[in-house]
Amino acid sequence: MRVPFHPILDDDEEPDCTIYHNGEAIPAKTGEPIAAALLAAGVKVFRETAKRRRPRGIYCGIGRCTDCVMVVDGEPNVRTCVTPARAGMRIETQKGLGEWKAP
Amino acid sequence: MEGSMKHAQIVIVGAGPAGLSAGIEAAKAGASCVILDENAKPGGQLFKQIHKFFGSWEHKAGVRGYTIGSRLLRETEELGVETLLDAPVYGLFPDEKGIIVSYMKNGREEAVLGKKLILATGSTENALAFPGGTLPGVMGAGCAQTMVNVHRVLPGKRAVMVGSGNVGLIVAYQLMQAGTDVAVIVEAAPLVGGYGVHASKIRRAGTPILVGHTITAVQGKTTVEAVSIAELDADFQPRAGTEKTFEADTVCVAVGLSPLTELAWMAGCDFTYIPSLGGHVPIHNENMETTVAGLYAAGDITGSEEASTAMEEGRLAGIAAAESLGLINKDEAKKMKVAVWASMNALRTGPFGQKRTEAKAQLLESARRPQ
Amino acid sequence: MIRGIQFTGIASQEELSASPGVPTEERFEKGPVAVIECVQEIPCNPCEHSCSSGAIFVGEPITRLPVLDAAKCIGCGECLASCPGLAIFWVHKNYTDSTSLVEFPYEYLPLPKEGSIVPCGGRDGAFISEGRVVKIKKTRQSDGTTLVRVEVPKDYFMDIRTIVRKGARDV
Repeated sequence: MRVPFHPILDDDEEPDCTIYHNGEAIPAKTGEPIAAALLAAGVKVFRETAKRRRPRGIYCGIGRCTDCVMVVDGEPNVRTCVTPARAGMRIETQKGLGEWKAP
Repeated sequence: MEGSMKHAQIVIVGAGPAGLSAGIEAAKAGASCVILDENAKPGGQLFKQIHKFFGSWEHKAGVRGYTIGSRLLRETEELGVETLLDAPVYGLFPDEKGIIVSYMKNGREEAVLGKKLILATGSTENALAFPGGTLPGVMGAGCAQTMVNVHRVLPGKRAVMVGSGNVGLIVAYQLMQAGTDVAVIVEAAPLVGGYGVHASKIRRAGTPILVGHTITAVQGKTTVEAVSIAELDADFQPRAGTEKTFEADTVCVAVGLSPLTELAWMAGCDFTYIPSLGGHVPIHNENMETTVAGLYAAGDITGSEEASTAMEEGRLAGIAAAESLGLINKDEAKKMKVAVWASMNALRTGPFGQKRTEAKAQLLESARRPQ
Repeated sequence: MIRGIQFTGIASQEELSASPGVPTEERFEKGPVAVIECVQEIPCNPCEHSCSSGAIFVGEPITRLPVLDAAKCIGCGECLASCPGLAIFWVHKNYTDSTSLVEFPYEYLPLPKEGSIVPCGGRDGAFISEGRVVKIKKTRQSDGTTLVRVEVPKDYFMDIRTIVRKGARDV
């Protein structure tokens, strides 16, 4: 959920673009971290671990822990907490270590 | 490499409160400065601090963190300090002319040669292990704070806060301000860790703070659904029969910070271990200079503390580095440093500051001992 | 449970009575006054500078508890929003024969409307009594902090310190 109104801060801007999470369109603000757009849309599971397929989500939010990595436009292991959202981005749940496609 | 390499008298790593303050003082003295930061935006953690700061009125107390951040940025701009963002530093290479600082920019390796280097890299949140602690919905308190205050997104509907230091108390308050309920704050120690006034705000909002309690487990299939807590005995073990479980979709972990010291280790700084400062910290003297000549450290890298003291440490390092370059004469520099120390010491008085003063004295003492 | 702000997050009666920022019984009788519920020595002094009557003294070191000179305090309420800890309140005990006015900082949404009846609570956030919102103040000087003034039964002028928030409940 987003916080358009806040007791201290100014009113927030509306989302201005669309990104795709596992094929589903979700609104995003250009430049906000991908993870923020996902949380706003209620998406919490970002990836599954390699061995036990356990779910993981955002943890540190500053690009250090790598728990939030996902497949972004085909590229795996993208830290969604520090990668800005852009119109049309395709974000997918990362399964395990991810696969790099041949260039 | 030499041809394309940038040059600056003072290179600063980290554009948070300490790094920006260092840059401002150094630039005021006439030094050419470059500040590098791995993030897309400068200000470090200041822009998520939406509460009014404590401290002395003369030093911006009573002003909200983000306002202080904007002021620092404006000052660095006016003084012509170059700030390079999205520029993670990955290597430090000593050179006869100073130190070569290597960083990534737009996917390319670049470097800047600095005569002096100030490390203001900050700190990172500690994690805590408990069953279910890896489930999505469990996150660092600082992460939740960034989400609600900077990106304006709620991490969940109802949260449990683990830890009652100032970070735990402030983030719990700010979650409620944004619209996430906070069911409870648990604190393993027998006392609330942070300032009483922050705790009082939480209590007035109806949220209990349970000291001598900890989180024992998080339940949920793919995300957090319920949280269990229990009272702790004298040995910090859960007391049988005291467990309580309640609904929540978010757990925020606020159990301390650890200094980000990688670059200081890489540069060969001598370290000392002081638990109350967050663990291993680079030894430095009253000028914030480490055991590597010309390399200074300021802010949370020298022990996690408040932004207010980080700014003062940054100023000290900036002044001292400029002095060592001959840009400020010795008498003038001494006067300036005495003034900064006085205001920093004022921030470290009282029952909360006492421990800090002692830990910092221990750190300065290590600088005097031959290694 | 052991009482006191370090254990519960709530200043105990003993701590409040011992605080140099809390006015005496006699002073409350004389008219509006600031109530500084600051009971812990932390490095902070903006309240001292916010008072144009010179009624608040912190001095050096800045960790000293603020001392309210209640004789000098004119009850203007300027200090409330200056406190980063939101620990200063404003009380007009004898507003009417049966009611007092209490003003407190309130940094949540939604804000109540002036004239509306709201549930008012104590330092633990629990309901004490209904109150009528007399005034909502949000000024540039208060930098985002809203001050809410409520009219409440006189019995509770030293107890009511907030509007009861939804979403909070006992564990």
